[in-house]
Amino acid sequence: MKIYIPLDTVAVALGADDIVAAIEVEAARRGVSVEIVRNGSHGMVWLEPLVEVVTPSGRTGFGPFTLADVPALFADLAAHPKALGPVADLPWMQGQTRLTFARVGIVDPLSLTEYEALGGLTGLRRALALPKADIVAEVTASGLRGRGGAGFPTGIKWKTVSEAVADRKYIVCNADEGDSATFADRMLMEGDPFTLIEGMVIAGLATGATKGFVYIRSEYPVAIRVMESACTVAQQAGVLGDSVLGTGPAFDIEIRVGAGAYVCGEETSLLNSLEGKRGVVRAKPPLPALEGFMGKPTVVNNVISLATIPVIFERGAEFYKDFGLGRSRGTIPLQIAGNVRFGGLYETAFGLTLGQIVDDIAGGCASGRPVKAVQVGGPLGAYHPRSDFATPFGYEEFAGQGGLIGHAGLTVFDDSADMLKQARFAMEFCAIESCGKCTPCRIGAVRGVETIDRIAKGDAAAIPLLTDLCNTMKAGSLCALGGFTPYPVMSALTHFPDDFAPMKEAAE
Amino acid sequence: MLDAATVTDRIEHILEAHQGMEGPLLPILHAVQAEFGHVPQSALPGIAKALNLSKAEVHGVVSFYHDFREAPAGRHVLKLCRAEACQAMGADRVAAHAQKALGIDWHGTTSNGAVTLEPVFCLGLCACGPAAMLDGKPIGRCDEARVDDLIAEARA
Ligand SMILES: Cc1cc2nc3c(=O)[nH]c(=O)nc-3n(C[C@H](O)[C@H](O)[C@H](O)COP(=O)(O)O)c2cc1C
Ligand code: SF4
Ligand code: FES
Ligand code: FES
Repeated sequence: MKIYIPLDTVAVALGADDIVAAIEVEAARRGVSVEIVRNGSHGMVWLEPLVEVVTPSGRTGFGPFTLADVPALFADLAAHPKALGPVADLPWMQGQTRLTFARVGIVDPLSLTEYEALGGLTGLRRALALPKADIVAEVTASGLRGRGGAGFPTGIKWKTVSEAVADRKYIVCNADEGDSATFADRMLMEGDPFTLIEGMVIAGLATGATKGFVYIRSEYPVAIRVMESACTVAQQAGVLGDSVLGTGPAFDIEIRVGAGAYVCGEETSLLNSLEGKRGVVRAKPPLPALEGFMGKPTVVNNVISLATIPVIFERGAEFYKDFGLGRSRGTIPLQIAGNVRFGGLYETAFGLTLGQIVDDIAGGCASGRPVKAVQVGGPLGAYHPRSDFATPFGYEEFAGQGGLIGHAGLTVFDDSADMLKQARFAMEFCAIESCGKCTPCRIGAVRGVETIDRIAKGDAAAIPLLTDLCNTMKAGSLCALGGFTPYPVMSALTHFPDDFAPMKEAAE
Repeated sequence: MLDAATVTDRIEHILEAHQGMEGPLLPILHAVQAEFGHVPQSALPGIAKALNLSKAEVHGVVSFYHDFREAPAGRHVLKLCRAEACQAMGADRVAAHAQKALGIDWHGTTSNGAVTLEPVFCLGLCACGPAAMLDGKPIGRCDEARVDDLIAEARA
């Protein structure tokens, strides 16, 4: 009997390890031999732990699985109380276009053989036969833009590094994923680590870089473990090492662990951190593409940007580019979080409206109450009211609504949310995580908390002060931590003025 | 207690293991913290010397990052997520409950040294919040009752 039980942090956080142990005990007691594979998560968090049993008709799912559901796994499976049928047939899976996440949940994350059987390394083999400039051109033609937040065209960044002349160049994968409501990087690294490795190797071929780093936040112990093991497997198989797949140049990868600083997700702060310094943001120029890690030309890309490279080379830039909307090409792994009935990872072409995502896919609030606000793009993203629900999911489209898509995380709040409190938190978070380099961010955020506290006490005169402060932070901050904190604050104030009304405290 | 000679000896080991690494300071500090449960002051001179830095520079790095402790934590570390997606599921309420049950504020340690309570900003469990982590083990849907269980487990 072959059983899949995810090793993904989400499954573990909901009891997967205990279920593995219980299944082993129950199987031993019954004298049944079981083979348990720890796969990635399919992304349906409300069904985790999602156990799958291999049957003659394919993989059948059972979830959300509890210890009490173990004995019935050894009886008539069709009658199991948690039976879901084939996982691939569930509506959440059917609705998606899984390109970057095609193998996540399906593949055994550390089996390179299975990885190849499911199309892995096809893209790398193709890239190995191409000159550097053609690899870069393919990425540019795909329309891929950075998935870490800023949406910068990946091909252009690679071109700069490729054309720079230096004795050493680096590929740095940004796996700091500090934004609330985001977990796509984590799920990809835990569920299909070779895809990221393959993407980084192709980046190395394109630019002439021979060394890669994956900077993973320390809050992700499972991802760190899986990535380290995957690198060892890739080294043993010759995917990484002195000559990529025995014919290419050298490329190797080292896993590095962050130390609990949100700002280290900002690329220059991350480079300082990798070099062993305080994670203070660097002024640009120089661009990291020209003077990055140790002053050498460096590609800094998000996990999802790099992990999307293999499918672009496997299926072609045109294929990838045909998905999407406007200048947002391809697919985006939406991360649906907070107060939702159906939360998790949903990869789809750009262009669904916010309303389709929140009402249809997420099914509204878990609490059963009306949706009040959706924060899109993490802690630096705006709070959107229902009146923004017609906005299609795309970089320019959200910018047009005074917001941003960031790393594509969405946090849904029901009508019990207090938007003044959310605005206060945004300022508090900025104050805690500021790298300290600029005054508007370091001091402004502290003033922001105080000003919002005054508003909460009924001081209406503090409202214009808050607006001024936000303008100062926007204009005077070096990076988006100080510069974008005004998005959540001002959107809360603008769209939900009742929560900031002076009578608020008096009425309570 | 850690005597200076023991620290120096074990630091030598850690430094040796990180030789040849590019930008080795964070990996070294993680290794030191894994070894001692915190980054002892007495470890800084050796690290500084090996990396050709001043002691103040090393201290500056240690103090920049939330992860590095300058003093040992309690026997168990309970981290509760304070970020937005968990707030939407009642994280503030759960945190207040934990603080009351333990009688400590954020970053505090119970007087018997059993539990240290720390805030964390996102554990990547944002679709099954409120999220928590006890001694490195992730926990989803961590409501008040679950916090009580975790505290009981940590105190036992
Ligand atoms: C405060 C702050 C935090 C950031 N955090 C992350 C992060 O966790 N992960 C990430 O990929 N990019 C993050 N970014 C964006 C990076 O600076 C950079 O744009 C990105 O890594 C580039 O890769 P991409 O082009 O593939 O998106 C952050 C930016 C700022 C200002
Ligand atoms: S805006 Fe804040 S985090 Fe960014 S560089 Fe300035 S002080 Fe540092
Ligand atoms: S460094 Fe002082 S204000 Fe920017
Ligand atoms: S916001 Fe709490 S785990 Fe992400």
